[in-house]
Amino acid sequence: MLGYSLRRFGQALITIFVVSLIVFGVLHALPGGLVRAQLGSKATAIQVHSLEVQEGLLRPLPIQYLTWLWSALRGNLGFSYKLNESVATLIGTYVPRTFLLVLVSLLLAVSIAIPMGLWQGYRRNRADDHALSATMLILYSMPTFLLGVILILVFNLWLPVFPSTASDFGGSLATDAADLALPVLTLCLANVSYFSRYMRSAVIDNLLEDYVRTAKAKGATSRRVLLRHVLRNSMTSTVTLLGLSLPYTISGSLIVEALFNYPGAGLLFWNSAQNRDFPVLLGIVLVVTVATVAGNFLADIAYGIIDPRVRLR
Amino acid sequence: MPHGAEEIADQVIAGTGEMVESETFGDLSPSASPLSIALRTFSANKLAVASLAMLVIVVAFCYLGPVFYHTNQIATNLLRENQGPSAAHPLGTSPTGKDELGRLMLGGQSTIELGLAVGVIATGFGLVWGTVSGFIGGAVDSIMMRVVDALLSIPFLFFVILLASIVRPTLILVILVISGVSWLSTARLVRGETLSLRTRDYVSAARGFGASNTRLIARHIGPNVLGVLVVNATLKVADAILTFAALGYLGLSVPPPATNWGEILAGGVNNFFDGYWWQLWPAAILIVVTVLAVNVLGDALRDVVEARLNQR
Repeated sequence: MLGYSLRRFGQALITIFVVSLIVFGVLHALPGGLVRAQLGSKATAIQVHSLEVQEGLLRPLPIQYLTWLWSALRGNLGFSYKLNESVATLIGTYVPRTFLLVLVSLLLAVSIAIPMGLWQGYRRNRADDHALSATMLILYSMPTFLLGVILILVFNLWLPVFPSTASDFGGSLATDAADLALPVLTLCLANVSYFSRYMRSAVIDNLLEDYVRTAKAKGATSRRVLLRHVLRNSMTSTVTLLGLSLPYTISGSLIVEALFNYPGAGLLFWNSAQNRDFPVLLGIVLVVTVATVAGNFLADIAYGIIDPRVRLR
Repeated sequence: MPHGAEEIADQVIAGTGEMVESETFGDLSPSASPLSIALRTFSANKLAVASLAMLVIVVAFCYLGPVFYHTNQIATNLLRENQGPSAAHPLGTSPTGKDELGRLMLGGQSTIELGLAVGVIATGFGLVWGTVSGFIGGAVDSIMMRVVDALLSIPFLFFVILLASIVRPTLILVILVISGVSWLSTARLVRGETLSLRTRDYVSAARGFGASNTRLIARHIGPNVLGVLVVNATLKVADAILTFAALGYLGLSVPPPATNWGEILAGGVNNFFDGYWWQLWPAAILIVVTVLAVNVLGDALRDVVEARLNQR
């Protein structure tokens, strides 16, 4: 297990290194350079030059990369001249809200999709399985923002139970849970369709395995076979899926945050893109990606614990 | 070696299971060709046939529609903005006074073209990357797959927005960007297939007959990866249409007068709470129905491919 974890950890580090190179590359591929992007096209040559010296942009690229990486590692991701705040402070405020949204949605999605997929696999090709599959396929074929609008229509306009905007969300679940309801539901349903499809086919595959026949032959009830044997074996693949779906879910949260005005990293990112606020944009890309890689790593470790066969690969 | 022996060997090795198991060599003709098995499996799936019919209708709507239904999609007309459905404009007008029905036809063209282009480019690039990686193996394989892993773990929309704040999007650029993400899973899939196929008995047997690497790829590995690839490409088309819609919602689509379903839908979402329902639902239904049909088709094609493989 230790060897497996170390190997995965090394791979995660390499991935982060590649991503940091990409982010650094984008930073320096900006037309007119980072300084022009910050000062605007009307800045004089002297202003440009002095900021270039101040930011150390005239040194060789590898040195610049190492300096940038070193300060990023110490939590210094630059300064937003547009918002007059350090990028680290902004990220500290906004990114946890996005993580909250993503985590709650994913947990909810898994806790709906696993029982549902198990039931569908067990009731394979009956009417209820078909009905659920069809619903999930429609959800799967729907743009996330359309799903969000439909949910607003149902749970805000027709049945006034949840607010249609989360712009007042203050970051605390205790007081602002209602604000979170529709954003979470939107992001969750988009994932349920993905997970349950997978879970259903994993259950169907597992039901054909020899161990199921053995368990039945030894007199286990179908309930016991399903809950004790098939469930655990089918869940392993869903755990990996959880890690793999993280980038998609975080991307999805950007849409959801824009739709519901939820003050998370996605909305901050979106607004910063309109303002061409590059330090914020690059800082968020870096932090969000590192978090995704870390999430993938944890999912891999969890997979290794649940299914020991993986460690041998 | 007699002339044509290699061909027979190919047929015996790559042909249906019955041929390999048949007792005499005189009984070489297969009872059913792979194509007829495929057609039979496909047409037995009524939902898939309905989806195919639906897609034909959607394509006809987008490409033949404008031939019969003439609208001006270039000039804006502020006197006619946001009008509800009427005899002159069956689906009402847009915020810039353009006929919505005509806009949906025009927007459908770029949406379908983008979907197909991404399907082809992403699959093609993924095929090359995955085959090379799987065939060469070793350190090259490790490096190539680490690159794929790294790119897969970037939350894609963030990266696209970053890109769009630097350069102005055009249709070609959007196609390349979506393909740039889409090929990753294809590369993984193809690599996995290549790794498992190149150790199969029939490939080793063909190698034993003296087949070259090119021949192995072209005659034995290629055709077997092809089925999986077609399924993959189909599902990529569906995903690309959805991604395009998401980009349209974030305002990252192609500047007017060009349009696409995602942009129309996004406009509909923004205006929906003012009561302009005709700007939302027709576009929503078109996107969902098209993506749904493509997904059902992809699933049915997967069944066909698996049925074909099971015959072996």
